Amino acid sequence: MSLSAADLAYGYPERRIGRDIGLDLKAGEVLALLGPNGGGKTTLLKTLLGLLPPHGGTLTLDGRPLAALSVNQRARALGYVPQAHAGTFAFTVFLVVLMGRTAHGGLLAAPSSHDREVARAMLERLGIAKLAQRPYTQISGGERQLVLIARALAQEPAYVILDEPTASLDFGNQGKVMSQIRQLAAEGLGVLFTTHDPNQALAHADRVMLLREGEAIATGAAAAMLTPERLAELYGVAIETVQGTDGRVAFLPG
Amino acid sequence: MPPSSLRGNAIALGLLGVAVLLAFGLGRFPVGPAELARLVWAGLTGQPSGLSPQIEAVIWNIRGPRVVAAVLCGAALAVAGTAFQGLFRNPLVSPDILGASSGAALGAVVGIYFSLGLFAIQLAAFTGGLVAVGAVYAIGSTIRRGDPVLALVLTGVVVGSLLGAGIGLVKYWADPYNQLPAMTFWLLGSLAGTARPDLVPLLGPVLLGTAVLVALRWRMNVMSLPEEEARALGLDTGPLRIAIVAAATLVTAASVAAAGIIGWVGLVVPHLARFLVGPDFGKLLPTAALLGAGYLLIIDTLARTAAPVETPLGILTAVIGTPFFIWLLASARGGWS
Repeated sequence: MSLSAADLAYGYPERRIGRDIGLDLKAGEVLALLGPNGGGKTTLLKTLLGLLPPHGGTLTLDGRPLAALSVNQRARALGYVPQAHAGTFAFTVFLVVLMGRTAHGGLLAAPSSHDREVARAMLERLGIAKLAQRPYTQISGGERQLVLIARALAQEPAYVILDEPTASLDFGNQGKVMSQIRQLAAEGLGVLFTTHDPNQALAHADRVMLLREGEAIATGAAAAMLTPERLAELYGVAIETVQGTDGRVAFLPG
Repeated sequence: MPPSSLRGNAIALGLLGVAVLLAFGLGRFPVGPAELARLVWAGLTGQPSGLSPQIEAVIWNIRGPRVVAAVLCGAALAVAGTAFQGLFRNPLVSPDILGASSGAALGAVVGIYFSLGLFAIQLAAFTGGLVAVGAVYAIGSTIRRGDPVLALVLTGVVVGSLLGAGIGLVKYWADPYNQLPAMTFWLLGSLAGTARPDLVPLLGPVLLGTAVLVALRWRMNVMSLPEEEARALGLDTGPLRIAIVAAATLVTAASVAAAGIIGWVGLVVPHLARFLVGPDFGKLLPTAALLGAGYLLIIDTLARTAAPVETPLGILTAVIGTPFFIWLLASARGGWS
């Protein structure tokens, strides 16, 4: 069971962003997509979600071509956590999470009581149940990120794909989000997230793909991939390594 | 105070009730609540109402149809505005954003120019509105760059201004003594002269379009998210957008065909409704419909009684809508309610 890409070329209809992507996201593992800004990470995520048609190569979900699935089937398998935005209308947090249930109802259906239960359970799970009746437009960026994760989990997907889930978060909220990501993998979901922080990838991902200018320069186990040499190649700057007494390392730019 | 749908609907329903009583009670032949009740009772039981035939004629043939038309047009414009504001993720959008009003207006002035009958003019207006939005949709969908919603709105603006040029040309050609006043009157919006047969072509499309929007109410919530998020949540956004645009255009075109161009209602009323019950479309649509109905009925009563000659509806809605909207812009902080 996996979300797999082979020889994948991707981009927007009029502009190719990247090519030669081979990727395999298995149930129960965390894969980090690491690379500099503008390296094509978000575009690749949208392609993996089926939101952008691939320019070439194959893309399969549990062995079936992703393009053969309906929008609805895809939404029940792949949960998407976009970068948090303020939104236009002041929907309550509960309603935003409930929108995650859309793919489980019919065309004309409103959410059922079961859908409401699932939404409530996801709010509980992320520790934001007290926000349920607050307008989504008036909560903090960190809270919004947690709400969007709750919404993706309400889809009850097999894989969760997160776009820079900690980009706008303070230190404490970063920790919360990352421990949720580990927890999801422990429960058997496949998790893919993008980040531009190698330390985060090192600490929380099982495997890492290094993406620069749309091309995967290396893919493999996080500890093996994240070396000062590779990071210097990826970001184009010298990397300093800090080592703790327990052998754990962290990287500093420059 | 948090928005509550019970309280919000009570307020909207109360406003509509007051509007109906005012509409019947004011004018050259005032009809009080007691007389109205007697007439309704007589209608239900088949007994004679005991009212003078003159008053009965006023209610059945003149005031009544006009009240029903105002209620339907107000509800239609408010419902269409609510749908478009959600679909285009922009609270500054009105039902004519895709050219429904300018298309209908062009249809109507062409009808007047060729001295067609009243029904034919309405049909021309209705068709013009539908064709204009259809053309905007067809052109907008061929633009493959960027956000499809933005492409649609910009196409609407461009096509709308082309239709405006067409309207100007027909007015320029028109006979300044017979046709031009009729065109001007129509372009400013009016329900004067609404008769019972006019209600059928209004009621059908308004009910149909509103029913579609109510059926899609949950999906409309999700459609107000950014395009890619809505798709990631499982919505086939293309066909859904067509269904919502078609339904909202149907009710707008029916309203414009019956009453001419009445601006601001579809822009202002959805804001009031969101203020009362919040942005969830399932709750918002009924409240917006009730509020729009009451609002336009009060405006129409004003139009008919404020001056010795009828004031065009579009003038009144602009005079009331503009300051309200400026206040809205000035007081909106941290997003729209």
